[in-house]
Amino acid sequence: MRAYGLVASVVALVLLLLGPGVARADAVADIAQRGELRWGGDLQGGAPYVYEDESAPGKIRGFEVEIADALASRLGVRARFVQNDWSNLVPALERGDFDLALNGLEDTADRRSRILLGIPYFVYGETLAVRKGSKVRSLDELSGKRVATLNQTVAHDLLKARPVTIVLYEGQQEPYFDLGQGRVDAVLLDHIIADLYGCPLKTVECLPDDVARGVYVMGIRKDQPELKRAIDRHLSAMIADGALKAILSRYKLWDPRQDELALRSAAAQPAPSASPSAAKASASASASAASDAKGLGAALVTPNSAPRPFDGFQAMLFLEGAGITLLISVAAFAIALPFGLLLAIARIFGGAIARAIAASYIELFRGTPVLLQLYILYFGLAPIVRLGPFEAAILGLGLNYAAYEAEVHRGALLALPSGQGDAARSLGLSRFQALRHVLLPQSFRNALPALTNDFVALLKDSSLVSVITVVELTKRMTIAAVDLRDWVLPGLACAALYFAMSFPLSRLSLRLERRLSHDSHPRLA
Amino acid sequence: MIRIRGLHKRFGERVVLDGVEAEAETGSAVAIVGPSGSGKSTLLRCLNGLLPFDRGAIEIAGFTLSAGGGATARELTRLRAAVGMVFQDLHLFPHLTVLENVTLAPRVVRRTPVGEADRNGRALLELVGLGERASARPSELSGGQRQRVAIARALAQGASVLLLDEPTSALDPTLRREVATLLKDVAGGIRARGSREGPLTLIVVTHDHGLAADLGAVTWTFHDGRIVRPPDQPAAHGITNA
Repeated sequence: MRAYGLVASVVALVLLLLGPGVARADAVADIAQRGELRWGGDLQGGAPYVYEDESAPGKIRGFEVEIADALASRLGVRARFVQNDWSNLVPALERGDFDLALNGLEDTADRRSRILLGIPYFVYGETLAVRKGSKVRSLDELSGKRVATLNQTVAHDLLKARPVTIVLYEGQQEPYFDLGQGRVDAVLLDHIIADLYGCPLKTVECLPDDVARGVYVMGIRKDQPELKRAIDRHLSAMIADGALKAILSRYKLWDPRQDELALRSAAAQPAPSASPSAAKASASASASAASDAKGLGAALVTPNSAPRPFDGFQAMLFLEGAGITLLISVAAFAIALPFGLLLAIARIFGGAIARAIAASYIELFRGTPVLLQLYILYFGLAPIVRLGPFEAAILGLGLNYAAYEAEVHRGALLALPSGQGDAARSLGLSRFQALRHVLLPQSFRNALPALTNDFVALLKDSSLVSVITVVELTKRMTIAAVDLRDWVLPGLACAALYFAMSFPLSRLSLRLERRLSHDSHPRLA
Repeated sequence: MIRIRGLHKRFGERVVLDGVEAEAETGSAVAIVGPSGSGKSTLLRCLNGLLPFDRGAIEIAGFTLSAGGGATARELTRLRAAVGMVFQDLHLFPHLTVLENVTLAPRVVRRTPVGEADRNGRALLELVGLGERASARPSELSGGQRQRVAIARALAQGASVLLLDEPTSALDPTLRREVATLLKDVAGGIRARGSREGPLTLIVVTHDHGLAADLGAVTWTFHDGRIVRPPDQPAAHGITNA
């Protein structure tokens, strides 16, 4: 029995390690046995897709929630939502975190090559939004302008083929906010997003014609064709019997575009994986569709390109990303270091008011997430101070790290023997002169290891600024991973570049520490 | 002439100086003795302006200090230049060389040009017998050598009064004798150079009666925050009880 248990454990472990790579006998049977259909989405996407129900804490709502519930019910199981960052839905699906990716996934050649895509459940139009009063009437008039969209979307692919500066956002509301603020000249996103977040704004005008048309589909792992068949069958039934229309109508999403659903669903049963030539044809078709599409009769588009290799072009983009990471980190630290020192001095030597202000600043900036501070600085304060993404990134990180550096400096100053200050004062040095010539040179040496440590941490924290549209090294890696359909090579390149930036710094810091140590510490014989 | 009149100092509820009265002639040597915690080091800090006091007055090196620390920053800077201090733990600056320790205050406080400050600093180091170690770091010196640096540093702005807190406490007996010789040599050297600040007055807090004797110092004996006159102490040196 013990031997049998051991073998079973090993087999279970191997299966666990191999994960989704192991073909399942029957995913539908698994789901039935489990009694639940796990589906992945991102609550950050918000209404009307999937969002938290304000009237019932802990519950979620959205048209995709209802579609998942209906499908699960037709499969004879319950639906269970799995929260997952939207940009990583496909890798998470591949990892086996859930059975179904159901969250505004567009039908793209990229996704088609990695996972199985179900039949469409929603037809969307790409809506171009401009600032009210703008003379721009089409995408063609935006050459050289800044156009906002979300990463990994059809809109992004459409823009890539045009001579515009693409500004990538993480959230759906922010592009329209920045359009109103004048940070971008236009926003290209699905009409469902535009209708909810952009068009109602006084500062924004949504152009009436769809720039292109596309569909939302569900993602299923490649090794589960039987699950795809079951999902497609039930979804077709929902389209045929009006269940899908009822759901979409409840969310005011049923419009003339959806009339194409039945047709698309019947026709759109593409091969599981597109050949490079098919993908190319699809991409060129999409490009022409994107430029020609007018009105509701626009052709369905699935633009994208075949996977690209990690070539010199990608390497240059990575180096550029690393350069931006380094620039932001150095500039932010150049703010954090002296400002932190000022805070530390105020906290140790200042009067009651200066001490209270410094202490409050440190507690506030240390006690709240830097991400929140970046959002507030970039979006929250925009009506008062309109900072560009770079300025906001540098200032945001600089102000946050100043709080940490203040404590490093304070600790290093307090660690000095009190007699050093007395000796300086007994010689007639003013408080400032004592600090400048006696205390700070010594405390800086004490602080150097912690300061280096913080700079390396800042290098990595700088990846957070992608939320305010800065494409630095980590963001470049995630974009490349999608383009290349590979996380390993871009991930390794990204890690290597971070290491190449941080390792020499640690060595330099060690050398500097040795140089500054002045033999003031006892030597070992 | 140094005059101390009715000096009171308390830390919270604890009275440390309780009406100290004393005088010392210019160019003399004074040894302040007494049990630990009797207020000796506190008095030294008051003389250098490092500690304000609650009542009384001090006349030292041409300055008059009054209670409450009313002196301006500029006055205190000038006072500290004229009244050098050597701490018990020396507190040399470990990040600076021996010469930089000595020339820091002249350069920074008095804005003496670097060349001149260096020349004066080297001359002082010669005087204390450390001319060869100008570029060494304090950590490379022996205890006795470090003390010489501290003395040179305290004198670098042309001090006319040198305050020393327990200068022999960390030294072995041989070196203790050397300190007295050194201090006498330094005082003699300054006198020989005809310093415009006049002869050097030494005020030394010490438990070392041998040092006091070697210096030929007048003794101020501290007890409970006051100077008490020992039976054999001549009044001519101006020691009075409060």
